Amino acid sequence: MKHLDEYRDAETARRLAASIHREADTDRRYRLMEFCGGHTHAIFRYGIEDLLPANIEMVHGPGCPVCVLPTGRLDMAIRLAKRDGVILASYGDMLRVPGSKGQSLMKAKADGADIRMVYSTLDALKLAEANPDREVIFFAIGFETTTPPTALAIEAAAKAKLGNFSVFCNHVLTPSAIAAILEAPAVRDLGAVEIDGFLGPAHVSVVIGSQPYEFFAEEYRKPVAISGFEPIDILQSILMLVRQLNEGRAEVENQYIRAVTRDGNLRAKQAVSRIFELRRDFEWRGLGHIPYSALRLKDAYAAFDAERRFDEPYIASEGNKACACPAILRGAKKPTDCRLFGSVCTPETPLGSCMVSSEGACAAYYSYGRMRERTQ
Amino acid sequence: MNVASRASRSASRRLDLAAGRVDLTHGAGGRAMQQLIEEIFRPAFDNPMLARGDDQAAFEVVGGRMVMSTDSFVVSPLFFPGGDIGSLAVHGTVNDVAMSGARPLYLSAGFIIEEGFPLADLERIARSMGEAARAAEVAVVTGDTKVVERGKADGLFINTAGIGVVPPGIEISGDRARAGDAILISGSMGDHGVAIMAHRAGLEFETTIVSDSAALNGLVADMVASVPTIRVLRDPTRGGLAATLNEICHQSAVGMRLDEAAIPVRPEVLGACELLGLDPLNVANEGKLIAIAPAEDAGRLLGVLRRHPLGRDAMVIGEVTADPARFVRMATRIGGERMIDWLAGEQLPRIC
Repeated sequence: MKHLDEYRDAETARRLAASIHREADTDRRYRLMEFCGGHTHAIFRYGIEDLLPANIEMVHGPGCPVCVLPTGRLDMAIRLAKRDGVILASYGDMLRVPGSKGQSLMKAKADGADIRMVYSTLDALKLAEANPDREVIFFAIGFETTTPPTALAIEAAAKAKLGNFSVFCNHVLTPSAIAAILEAPAVRDLGAVEIDGFLGPAHVSVVIGSQPYEFFAEEYRKPVAISGFEPIDILQSILMLVRQLNEGRAEVENQYIRAVTRDGNLRAKQAVSRIFELRRDFEWRGLGHIPYSALRLKDAYAAFDAERRFDEPYIASEGNKACACPAILRGAKKPTDCRLFGSVCTPETPLGSCMVSSEGACAAYYSYGRMRERTQ
Repeated sequence: MNVASRASRSASRRLDLAAGRVDLTHGAGGRAMQQLIEEIFRPAFDNPMLARGDDQAAFEVVGGRMVMSTDSFVVSPLFFPGGDIGSLAVHGTVNDVAMSGARPLYLSAGFIIEEGFPLADLERIARSMGEAARAAEVAVVTGDTKVVERGKADGLFINTAGIGVVPPGIEISGDRARAGDAILISGSMGDHGVAIMAHRAGLEFETTIVSDSAALNGLVADMVASVPTIRVLRDPTRGGLAATLNEICHQSAVGMRLDEAAIPVRPEVLGACELLGLDPLNVANEGKLIAIAPAEDAGRLLGVLRRHPLGRDAMVIGEVTADPARFVRMATRIGGERMIDWLAGEQLPRIC
C-alpha cells in the first residue's frame, strides 16, 4: 500500500509532533473533540496521544453509529428478526450489542432467528434475490457515509420490483449530533464540558462536504479541522487546530483535501434526498431526543420501510443505568471514569454498545489503551 | 443372467468420479462404503499400515516423549487459493504436533460428508491430503467415513489427529517464556485469513493473495537441531498473532513488547484488511510460527529460519517482559504505543 505508507511515515509523524510541541501554548489547555469513532480508534491504534504534549487532550465524540443507537431501536431489530419468514441482514458490529433484558441479535440468532452478517447493502439485496420466499430486512445504521448505499439499494430494489426486501432505517445526521453537543447545557452554560475545537469527520465529510460545519465555527466560535483517518492526517489536523486557537480563529479548515470538497458528493446527496426525508424526532443514545436528526424513507418508498411494512413500534428502553456510555458519548466522561469499565463490562461481556463497536471509545480504551491505566 | 451375477457386476462397477455424488450408502458400513474407501481414500493415502485394512493402525513405540494433537476442519469454501480443506487438515495437525518440537509421524483422518457431495471433489480433496501428507513425511494410517443427510453438514468436515515424537533434550511449551527472551516470527502475517475471506461468497474482490497453508515440521526440525534452547513454539492460527501471543503471556505469566515496524505484512494483505476493517494481527495464518528463545540464541535462530524456504521472511519482532498484568504492548510505527489484545467475538467464522 504505497498510498498509505506516506500517511503512516514515522519521520513525518515526528516532525509534526515536534511542531505541535513547539507551538502549543504551555499556559493553556487544548480540549479537542474528535467526532468520529474512526478517529478515536486511529488515535489509540497508532498511539497518537504518546506524541502529544500533556496539555492537549483528545475528547471522544459520538461519531459511532452503533454507539448512538438507542436500546429501543435494537430491541426493534431483535423483534423484526424473530418474525416468521424474516432474514435480518446486519453488519457484524451490531450482533453483540446488548439490548433490553440481556437480549442481543447474537442471542436471537442462537435461539433460531435467521440473522445474517453482511458487509454491504448489496449483500442484503443479493440475499433478497436468492430467497424470494423470505422477507429480507436490512438493518441500516450509520451516518451520512452509509446512507447513499442504502438509498441506491432501495432504488435498485424498487426498479427490480423486489417485493421481499425492506430496510430498517437508522440513518442519522452528523451536524445534528454536533449541534446537540454544543447546545447541551453542560457545554453552553455550566462549562463542565469544555471543548475548544473539533476534529471533523473524514468519510462523512466526503459526502456532505465541509460547508455544513461553517455554522458551528461561526456560531459557536469553535474551530474545525476536517481530518483523514491516517495518523499523519490526525497529527496535521491537531496542529491546524492548535494554530487556529493560538491565533483566535474559528474557521473550518480542511486537512483531508485529497477527498473532501466544500460541497461534498452531489450525486450521493441527490440519491439520499430522492429516497429519504427527515424524521421529526429521533432518540440518540447519550444525546437524547434530537429533532430532525435522522432519516426515514419517503412515503413513495413506504413498501421498503420495514418499520411501516411490519408495523413495528418503537418502545424506548433505558438500558443499564450504571453504564456511562451516555456521558462518554457527550464527551463528559472518559471510558475509564465508568465503574463498569474493564470489570463487568468487557468486549466479551459488554453492557454498553461503546464497548462493542469497532468505533466505540470504550472498545478503543480496552483493546488498545488498557495498559496506560497501569502505567499512570 | 442370474441375479447373483448381476449383483456382483453392479458392485464391481467403479465409482463415477466425474459426475457421481456421495449418498447415504457410502457411510452405511456396507459394500458402497468399502468401495469409497478402496477407490478414493486408499489410493490417495497409500501406505502399508492403511493397506492392511484393519480398524486401527499398529506401530512400534519408539523411545522418548510422544505428543498427540487433534483438530477439526470446517473451512468454507472447501477450495481456496493456496490450498483446500484436505491439505489444510494435514498441515493444521502436523503443525500442532510440530509446535512441541516433535517430529510428526502418523495421522488419522475422519470425514463427515453431506449427502450429495460430488465424488469428484471428494477425490480431489483426498488426493490433495495424500500429497500434503507425503510432502510432510507423515502417513495417514487410519480413518473413518460418515455420511449425514443433506443439510446436516456443509459439504465436508474433516477431523485429523496426529502423533509425533519429541527429540531428546527438547523442552518446548507455552509456559516457558521468560523475561528477556526474544520473540521471532517465521514470515508475513494474515495471508490465510485474507485469502479465505476474499473468496467467500458475497465478498469477492480481485486479489492475488494465496493462503500460506504449509507443513512446518521440516522448519521446526532444523530449528530444534540448531537451537535446542527454544522455549516456545506456536502457530498463530485462529485469532492471529495477537491471540497467540496473549495465550503465551497468560501461560507463562509474562508480558511482551513488540515493534510494529518489524512485523511483516504483505502490502496486498494490508490493503484487503484496510478494506474489510480487519487488523492483520488478528487474522489467521496456517503456515507461520512464533518462536521464543533466549535472547543470546535469537541471532542464530533467525539465521536458521531464514535459510529455510518457509522462514525466508523471518523477523525478530520483540521481547518478553516481566509484567504481572500480562499485557502485549507494541511500539507503533509512528512512535506511539498500544496494546495488542485478544479479539472479542468472531472475526471470520470457519476460517479453518
